Amino acid sequence: MEKKYCVYICKGCGIKEAMDVDKLSGAAKKVQNFKIHDVLCSPEGVQLIKDDMAKDGINTIIIAACSPRVKAAEFTFPGALVERVNIREFVAWTMEPNTDETNDAAYDYLTMGIVKSQKSDLAEPNILPDLTSTILVVGGGIAGMTAALSAAGAGQKVVLVEKDAQLGGFVNKLYKKIPTGSYINKPLIVDTDISKTVSEVESNPNIKVYKSTTVSKTDGQPGLYDVTLSNNETVKIGAIVMASGWKPYDANKLDYLGYGKMKNVVTNFELEEIAKKNNGKLLRPSDGKPALKVAFIQCAGQRDPNHLAYCSSMCCATSLKQSQYVRQNEDALAMIFYKDIRTPGRTELYYKEAQNNPGVMLTKADVTGVSDAGNGNMFVEMENTLFGTTTGEKVKIEADLVVLATGMVPTSRAPQEYADGLTAAAGLGDEAKKNYLEQTPKPDYILNLGYRQGPEIPTLEGASGFADSNFICFQYETRRTGIYAAGSVHQPMNMAEAQEDAAGAAFKAIQVIDHVSRGVAVHPRAWDTTYPDPLLIKCTACKRCTEECPFGAIDEDEKGIPNYNINRCRRCGTCMGACPERIVSFKDYSVDIVGSMLKAIDVPDDEDIFRIACLVCENDSYPALDTAAIVGKKIDPSVRFVSMRCLGGMNLVWVADALSKGIDGMLLLGCKFGENYQCHFVKGSELANTRFSKVSETLNRLQLESGRVELMQIAINEYDKLPDMINEFVEKVKEFGPNPFKSM
Amino acid sequence: MAENKVLIVGGGFSGLTAAVEAAEAGSDVIIVEKNPYLGGRVTQLNKYFWKMCPPNCGLEIQYKRIKNNGQVKIYTMAEVEKISGSGGNFDVTIKTQPRFVNEKCTGCNKCTEACPEERSSDFDFGMSKTRAAYLPHNQAFPLQYVIDGKACKGSSCAKCVEACKYDAIHLDMKAETVTVKVGAVVMATGWNPYDAAKMDNLGFGTVQNVITNMMMERIASPNGPTLGKIVRPSDGKEVKNIAFVQCAGSRDENHLAHCSYICCLASLKQASYVRELYPDAKVKIFYIDIRTPGLYENRFYTKIKEDQNVSFLKGKVARVEQAPNGDVKVTAEDIHGGSKITETFDMVVLATGMQPTAASLKNAGVAMTDDGFVDQAALPKGIYATGTLKTPVDVARSAQDATGVVMKSIQSLRRN
Repeated sequence: MEKKYCVYICKGCGIKEAMDVDKLSGAAKKVQNFKIHDVLCSPEGVQLIKDDMAKDGINTIIIAACSPRVKAAEFTFPGALVERVNIREFVAWTMEPNTDETNDAAYDYLTMGIVKSQKSDLAEPNILPDLTSTILVVGGGIAGMTAALSAAGAGQKVVLVEKDAQLGGFVNKLYKKIPTGSYINKPLIVDTDISKTVSEVESNPNIKVYKSTTVSKTDGQPGLYDVTLSNNETVKIGAIVMASGWKPYDANKLDYLGYGKMKNVVTNFELEEIAKKNNGKLLRPSDGKPALKVAFIQCAGQRDPNHLAYCSSMCCATSLKQSQYVRQNEDALAMIFYKDIRTPGRTELYYKEAQNNPGVMLTKADVTGVSDAGNGNMFVEMENTLFGTTTGEKVKIEADLVVLATGMVPTSRAPQEYADGLTAAAGLGDEAKKNYLEQTPKPDYILNLGYRQGPEIPTLEGASGFADSNFICFQYETRRTGIYAAGSVHQPMNMAEAQEDAAGAAFKAIQVIDHVSRGVAVHPRAWDTTYPDPLLIKCTACKRCTEECPFGAIDEDEKGIPNYNINRCRRCGTCMGACPERIVSFKDYSVDIVGSMLKAIDVPDDEDIFRIACLVCENDSYPALDTAAIVGKKIDPSVRFVSMRCLGGMNLVWVADALSKGIDGMLLLGCKFGENYQCHFVKGSELANTRFSKVSETLNRLQLESGRVELMQIAINEYDKLPDMINEFVEKVKEFGPNPFKSM
Repeated sequence: MAENKVLIVGGGFSGLTAAVEAAEAGSDVIIVEKNPYLGGRVTQLNKYFWKMCPPNCGLEIQYKRIKNNGQVKIYTMAEVEKISGSGGNFDVTIKTQPRFVNEKCTGCNKCTEACPEERSSDFDFGMSKTRAAYLPHNQAFPLQYVIDGKACKGSSCAKCVEACKYDAIHLDMKAETVTVKVGAVVMATGWNPYDAAKMDNLGFGTVQNVITNMMMERIASPNGPTLGKIVRPSDGKEVKNIAFVQCAGSRDENHLAHCSYICCLASLKQASYVRELYPDAKVKIFYIDIRTPGLYENRFYTKIKEDQNVSFLKGKVARVEQAPNGDVKVTAEDIHGGSKITETFDMVVLATGMQPTAASLKNAGVAMTDDGFVDQAALPKGIYATGTLKTPVDVARSAQDATGVVMKSIQSLRRN
């Protein structure tokens, strides 16, 4: 495309009152055309631009007006390259009006915008050939079957892989389930009807079921997976729902509760099997006698840092349900000992209904152990907390069957623990790694991804091995594009929740298939048509991009040359920041583009005038800056903000670019990192920080103070503090004095 | 042929999620939102539990996805009046209240500067005032001002009209009704805070410095009435000794029979607001059960429990009364101690629960369950309910559910 430029400067919203617009047009003269308009976002202003496009073939539009976060609909011009220059929020609303510094700032911003538009190109979507839209569902339990039926119901082809000989998963073992909907006046236990779901799946023409099968290998990327099954068949897959479920926590570790020592101490899962086998009768394992005094111990191994630190969410309601099994025998009594009864939402009504049963006793208790009471009976021992914690007195209650409400362990946990162990061993040296590989039994892998970054979805620190998202708002985010976890491998949840969750995961699978078929990114940069295009001829095989990509999008060949799997890519630009050879570029975002923008900042020779370059994460810090402008905060006029897709794209060369040109200081604004990170690209700001630790080398080489460059972690709601933080940084740089490179 | 268009009723977290997800699967989407801004209830929150991150962080991404998509049509200050037709082909009547400010608004603030009239801020639950011409909040989307028709003196004043250089203000705007055709409908009208004044023993509205948990969110927010300083409403005193009363209305057959899910986690979160701000502050939480189900949620509880200055007392609060100097006296049963206790605090937060909004959907032909929610099974084909309309849930579960519901609506569009 031969570019035909026009700069449009808006005078509205206080812009013309704050700056010398004529001086600004001096910068605009760097391109062929410029126009000034009173209110550019007005229908007349927008029409002016459209007319120029139609009449004069303008195709590269530089709009110096408000923040790109507003007036998006007005300033969208399909077919044209549009660059928004924020002189409203960044200049007019945050700087003193009509000072030289303010005019200089506006001038610099416009120059930077022009440079960016000169270096950028319109992107064409990168649609890879031979895409397939079949969805693979791993796991044939309730979540997997629901995912399969959901996708098939929307017309999608599905391959369902189940490791057992039959579909149904854990629900097969249940005697009854809790009814859904309103619980009032309903039977409190109903048939699971799992066989209906199983036959629905097996008879669905869109679903191909593989039983007694696992996934041996998953290669490729969304739209283009080659999945090899344990029967050696290979299927072409577009996206994956991982619904591999959970295992009960190993009750053998709960010997203090008598498990493994006394036959009549069973888990909640075993109680289901007993009830199912005996058609609802709860017969004791030791002697087959009907249980008449059944004690349920809640949180058995849960909410306990020595076992499972989390709450499995479903066990309180499960015990309430099982108390109804007990009460099918009118002579039997169910006693539930709990820390807190957790029946959130409308499940509370279920709790109320269960409580109304005279043979169900609920007591808050600190159970300390279970001991033998003879004749196959047990004593449940507890601190007497009901009336006065101070006595230290213990209470013993006799039961003829004890049920431990044990929790869920996700199937993703074992592979994660193995991987963590391997990382730890590798850290100790080659010998330790070799020993680990030889001596540690391999876990059951779920996906066996042929990814450079490992065979499974990396689970998060603190997620206890669940394949959970770290985002409150984006529950289906994983660090592997196109692979979505559903059901209790995702989070601890009950059956009804697993079904809802599975529908959501199946939907995300359909969505990613749709997006790759259009050659655009998925969340959070949905619809982005740009993509990283590395100049591999210059690659030195340093592997930094393959290691740092937060989404494992980049594999490498035997020589270490990276292979960019574009359909796995989220377009954050972390690879661009990682590359020491600066060879990774997007059409509108590259080391050269940002570097050229920094170099376009005019650095006056005057020693009293400072210039600070500030790289800003567009997701959180940039909106915080806009908000600071809205609430009338002032920011030092020496600062120039440059927007980044994510701070993970920060390339160290820019520090040298800026400081060797005479820029006095550099500030990096990124998201909060660490355990509860807020970075939308997982690790961007953290990686920037790691790279940043090497910045002192650059500064030493230039013989500059390391304090001239700083990284700050900013949340979107810190707009009230941010201007002061920036201004204080400017003052600090001023104390260092002018950059000696200034007049060189 | 069915309309490949989904109507989302409610632009709060659930509705917004459903809208963005559906639009990103190729559907046209219409959002009908009764407030002048999107984001719903969560825009009033300071932070989300358990992660303590600001809601606008995720909302910003959702807004960006809407802006980049172009397939989402938004009606603010609007409600659905009627839905007729059946799955695949619904005719929906939407009534829009006058905003008095059109899309030409640039967000320049000149109208607010010119406006002489004040109104009580509903966004801040009456704890602050705005001008009659105002921006709903400083990260509002769309960034478009609004004029409160009740507070505005109309054409007799019209100072804002004079101040606006963009022809954005029209004080003669009237309510409008439009009819749209859609293939599927997602109901996501969410919840309202339960009216705390209904519990006369808890002193809300009669005892000074008794507030609700939603008010506490506003007080703690940097864009709230006190710019994030946690002080007492009556005298601006720093809050160093605070009580949280759990299940204020929830799990109570006389008020809300259900558990509202979020209130335990919300109080734990708010306890940490106070503790972060005032290192010497003391917090007491009166509870029946602490309900923090899930993976991270329970860890969050454990972390707060480790704080020596936060104490928990199992027992229902019987009475909240005024003590001298604006203090608040709480009388509660102590289940562990087997007695009654009385203690005085600087401020008391009532952990009020979720009043579902299913009743408001009667016009749209949506039946309500006995306990005030929507039963999905009872809805006509092509209409789906999501989020807290079905059962109280938190934001994370709303996001899950909304995504699952989009799956169902897409199925219905593709099948017809």
